[in-house]
Amino acid sequence: MAAPPPDQPIVQFTRVSRSFGAVKAVNDISLEIRRGEFFSLLGPSGCGKTTTLRLLAGFEQPDPDGGEVRIAGEVVNHRRPYERQIGMVFQNYAIFPHLSVEKNVAFGLEQHKVPRAEIPGRVAKALEMVRLDPRTFGLRMPDQLSGGQRQRVALARALVLRPAILLLDEPLGAIDLKLRKEMQLELKQLNKSLGITFVYVTHDQEEALTMSDRIAVMDNGRVAQLGTPAEIYENPRTAFVAKFIGESNFFEGKVYGCAGNQWEIRGPLGNFRVPGDARLTEGGVARIAVRPEWMDLFRPEALPPEENGLEGTIREVIYLGETMHVIVTLADGADCTVALRNEGQLIKPLPWSRGDRAAVAWPPEDCQVLEED
Amino acid sequence: MAGVRQRVLGLMHRRAELRAWALLAPGTFWLLLFFLVPILIMFVYSLMPRGVYGGVEPGFTLEHYRRFFNPLYLQILNRTFVWSIAATLICLLMGYPVAYLIAQSGKWKNLLMFLVVLPFWTSFLVRTFAMIFLLRDTGFINTLLLQAGLIRQPIEMLYTPFAVMTGLVYGFLPFMVLPIYASLEKLDVSLLEAAEVLGARPAARFFRVTLPLSLPGVVAGCLLVFIPSLGSFLTSDLLGGAKQVMIGNLIQNQFSAARNWPFGSAASFIVMALVLAAVVVYLRVRDRSMAGPGLR
Repeated sequence: MAAPPPDQPIVQFTRVSRSFGAVKAVNDISLEIRRGEFFSLLGPSGCGKTTTLRLLAGFEQPDPDGGEVRIAGEVVNHRRPYERQIGMVFQNYAIFPHLSVEKNVAFGLEQHKVPRAEIPGRVAKALEMVRLDPRTFGLRMPDQLSGGQRQRVALARALVLRPAILLLDEPLGAIDLKLRKEMQLELKQLNKSLGITFVYVTHDQEEALTMSDRIAVMDNGRVAQLGTPAEIYENPRTAFVAKFIGESNFFEGKVYGCAGNQWEIRGPLGNFRVPGDARLTEGGVARIAVRPEWMDLFRPEALPPEENGLEGTIREVIYLGETMHVIVTLADGADCTVALRNEGQLIKPLPWSRGDRAAVAWPPEDCQVLEED
Repeated sequence: MAGVRQRVLGLMHRRAELRAWALLAPGTFWLLLFFLVPILIMFVYSLMPRGVYGGVEPGFTLEHYRRFFNPLYLQILNRTFVWSIAATLICLLMGYPVAYLIAQSGKWKNLLMFLVVLPFWTSFLVRTFAMIFLLRDTGFINTLLLQAGLIRQPIEMLYTPFAVMTGLVYGFLPFMVLPIYASLEKLDVSLLEAAEVLGARPAARFFRVTLPLSLPGVVAGCLLVFIPSLGSFLTSDLLGGAKQVMIGNLIQNQFSAARNWPFGSAASFIVMALVLAAVVVYLRVRDRSMAGPGLR
């Protein structure tokens, strides 16, 4: 058999649906995961990310007319999990409580009929890979381990089989912040050094941004947007994505006309300009998102004419060290958050205080025109 | 200051201790009076000479214990053990799949468990009598088979070992199902999924994960069937007749018809000692067969 072409995706979902009763947990999704990449499925609970992962693991099958799941080019719709060459780390780790650490790690090797003589060596190597000393931890029982150590055992147990794909279902949810940051970097490193494709489910946007090569943001059983962390953050396609990844301020208005390469929008709060966009038509509605850190704050009379500006009253000034968040209540009562970088002595004493009139401002090119959700 | 603190802590500690005693007192009292005292009385009786008209006479003798080691009694004892072990194994083989299926039956679980314990709503005695109507020569089964023309003469079932075994298994099956169900029901599904993803096919998954993790239930169920089986006398009396005597019948007979209380007591203690020994051996074997640590 010829080697597969290197650019063939390791995972392909083609119009995959999975329903539970009347609920479409996964609704007609198509996506491709590249060999060796760190791919995240990100979304709020109930968005279908876990079902997607379980479809890939083989714990769920697509609906009868629910599309195809392919691994390395082969349709695996009806292949059982033990026929799929995948590894998985479960949310609660699912360490076998009746087996010692090394027996947990050896479990998969025994099931795959690896020669007895090879097993202890491979187990020790896998434990070292996740930085657990085999001599200290090998004989321990799971109830003698901390949460972080169990996590590592679960990882070693999956990696010892050298799977083509490693599935991780919110594996860092239960461990404390400091350890979580450490594990995030370690996972990323394992992904790169082993060349194993990681598919990672999380509801934590920061985690997804930190680790992923690409992210699929999911909402309501569909992929709302798929792209690199930067693409998703800089160019959120829908209001859902803009809200879920980072913070955003939203503005709306009627498309009035074209001036140069900018469109003029007239909204209830005032007029503003947005960069030319094929999706806008004269007389249509435009919705835009502006990140707090793309905005600036001016005294109403000092607003530069080339920037978009909306007037309001400062409701709250929140000092966060690195940045300062100023919440401005606009004319319609909605709040708009502006993030000001702490640029050293300039900002001390705080130039803004509660009750001040101010104009939030942003350059016309620093906004994202949104599609309907 | 440290002294005051010490005293306050000491008082609180003593308060907690007092409360524990108060909670334990009724149960302790009950067990002492109605369990320990009778057992002590029986033990004393088993070491005293038999009275002419029942009861005991003052004195000390090991005669009753010696008398038990007579081929006739040992044969009954042996039969009792064999039947009890057989009943336990049959209950296990029949009860495990039942418990397994109920544990997996989702919203029907509670209804099905209710059905398992439903027989307890009727007295064991009545249910055993019902078995007689089922098994005797003119009973339900034989009548049915005769009418269907499958047999010419009734099959002899009542007053055979088969009848006793049927009665034992029927009576104790729920005690096997309940603890096994309890341990299967709390089994974490993700452990089974983990096994599957690690390459375990259904059979391997069952023997490497499900069964070891339900072993506490199996052990409890086996003890709950084996021990009462050893002591049962009603089933063998009603369904086994005079030919299928178990040790329970022997003991009961000594206390009633034979009016030989010391010998009945001695036999009880021998059986108790044997049960204890059997349980200890069983738990030892189980501990050894549980997957211990160590790969090599």
